[in-house]
Amino acid sequence: MESGIPIEITGLSKHFGHVVAVDDLTFTVQPGRVTGFLGPNGAGKTTTLRVLLGLVHPNAGTATFGGTPYASLPRPLETVGAALDANFHPGRTARDHLKVYATATGLSKARVPVVLEQVGMTEFADRRVGGYSLGMRQRLALAYTLLGDPGVFVLDEPINGLDPEGIKWIRGFLQSLAHEGRTVLVSSHLLSEVQQSVDEVVIISKGRLVKSGTLVSLELDSAPRTIADSPDREALSAALDEAGLEYTEGRNGFIVNEPDPGRVGHAAFLGGVELNTLHRLKSGLEESFLSLVGGGEE
Amino acid sequence: MSFIRAIGSEFQKVFTTRMWWLLALLLAGYVALMSGGFGAFLGWASANPDAAAAAGGGGTPIAPGLDLAPLVYSFATSIGYVFPVLLGALAVTGEFRHKTLTPTFLAEPHRTTVLTAKFLSQFAMGAGLGVIAFAVSVGTGAAALAGFGLDTGLDDPDTWALIGRGVLAMALWGAIGVGLGALVPNQVAAIVIVIAFTQFVEPILRFTASLNEVTANIGKFLPGAASDALVGASFYNIASLGTAATLEWWQGGLVLLGIALVATFIGGATTWRGDVS
Ligand SMILES: Nc1ncnc2c1ncn2[C@@H]1O[C@H](COP(=O)(O)OP(=O)(O)O)[C@@H](O)[C@H]1O
Ligand SMILES: [Mg+2]
Repeated sequence: MESGIPIEITGLSKHFGHVVAVDDLTFTVQPGRVTGFLGPNGAGKTTTLRVLLGLVHPNAGTATFGGTPYASLPRPLETVGAALDANFHPGRTARDHLKVYATATGLSKARVPVVLEQVGMTEFADRRVGGYSLGMRQRLALAYTLLGDPGVFVLDEPINGLDPEGIKWIRGFLQSLAHEGRTVLVSSHLLSEVQQSVDEVVIISKGRLVKSGTLVSLELDSAPRTIADSPDREALSAALDEAGLEYTEGRNGFIVNEPDPGRVGHAAFLGGVELNTLHRLKSGLEESFLSLVGGGEE
Repeated sequence: MSFIRAIGSEFQKVFTTRMWWLLALLLAGYVALMSGGFGAFLGWASANPDAAAAAGGGGTPIAPGLDLAPLVYSFATSIGYVFPVLLGALAVTGEFRHKTLTPTFLAEPHRTTVLTAKFLSQFAMGAGLGVIAFAVSVGTGAAALAGFGLDTGLDDPDTWALIGRGVLAMALWGAIGVGLGALVPNQVAAIVIVIAFTQFVEPILRFTASLNEVTANIGKFLPGAASDALVGASFYNIASLGTAATLEWWQGGLVLLGIALVATFIGGATTWRGDVS
């Protein structure tokens, strides 16, 4: 295993016709930690990863592994393990699929049963892929990334389609890769899906970077708020205005930009408004994420 | 080194799915039917010229002394060439269709290496299909001819030279398939083009071209005509009417090689270079 290689994306742009998929994107992914690459559907995650892997040609910018573009890596599968979409020839078995690419890259065929065992696919290895579930395809895609025992992993939505047991397994798997000093970049459109396994986050929206940092720093960004509701919403709204509090009206009441519910209750008391809900809204990573990417999926 | 590995990988791709033996089986069946059937018919017709003329209602009489063996054996290529083209085209279009270009280009990012490996491996697959096709056409054809006491030509070195050129033609057709697949990555479109061109368009063009001396000189460059020229015998040569202009065998071979190279080169510079998403 080669380790300690960072992923460096600099000024990357890619458009498809008039669609701007990636827009002047710059970030770095460090070894030894799991980095979540997050953004709603259509944010440009897959495009970025495909450019990084030399599959899509960018309009501007560079994407490298420690300064070397993928196509110039002397031993690509032994440097980078990538799982993009879980697509295979339906008529080929998992074992044969892996053998084909072990041959292409000059790896020993002895690696094939090893990686099949690592992803728990030994039992199904001699069945044609056409009959596989999405979860089994995801595992086979991961087996492919492990063939060359690389120091860098690039995984596009690897949790999609996994059952709860599979999700638990992949979380441990990602963490153990990072603990071994490898660079791990894993994309998802749901923060909740990866928040238990990532140390760092890179968040993009509409092809642009909106946040990059530790998961903890994302938590700090999301200030707690208060939710309050009344049978007479008009009166409550007036009372909040009177107290100079900022708020938005939601389905379950008013979300007030004020961490202390006591102050909101006091404002209602001063306005003589009856409250039927008053509590602190738990600071949610997911909410912080959604506010960063502009309110959710398009 | 990476080039040898790429070729090995391409062969494994072919042999780990079922398409190659399906096509080989169809090819063998088709050729057996035609070589055996026509061998028997021609044998019978030349053994009973009067009955044949009566039955055929004055159809093409078999010229006495016409060497039937090369004609019967060359069914291997004259009808069989569509199979290596299909296998070659599927080797490329299948990668687009099943989105396996992603793992393929991850393992070997140099796309030219991959396409060249496909070209050479499908050339070899075409040769392999050629060996199967001639084994069948010679097997069934010689049996049919011998059954009517006709010369099988198997002791004639010319027959074996024809078979050798036929295997080369099939190999070149496999390479042409790769070029076609690179030009037309849509699998269904590529298959439709292969079938339509080889079964309808080209036979009609060849026939029409042969009616006039000027067009005949252009028509002889059609891939099927070039292939027949390379092999040196074809059922078309007696079936077609009018002027039968043909190329030298080596010219026919060069025409096929040229088509394969040009198509692969253009495909390699266009669709093969594009974004893989
Ligand atoms: N091959 C393509 N042709 C045209 N548009 C594309 C192509 N690939 C992606 N896009 C567009 O680029 C944008 C980003 O897509 P993508 O990178 O797949 O986002 P994500 O992976 O974050 O969901 C989307 O608007 C998508 O429709
Ligand atoms: Mg995506």
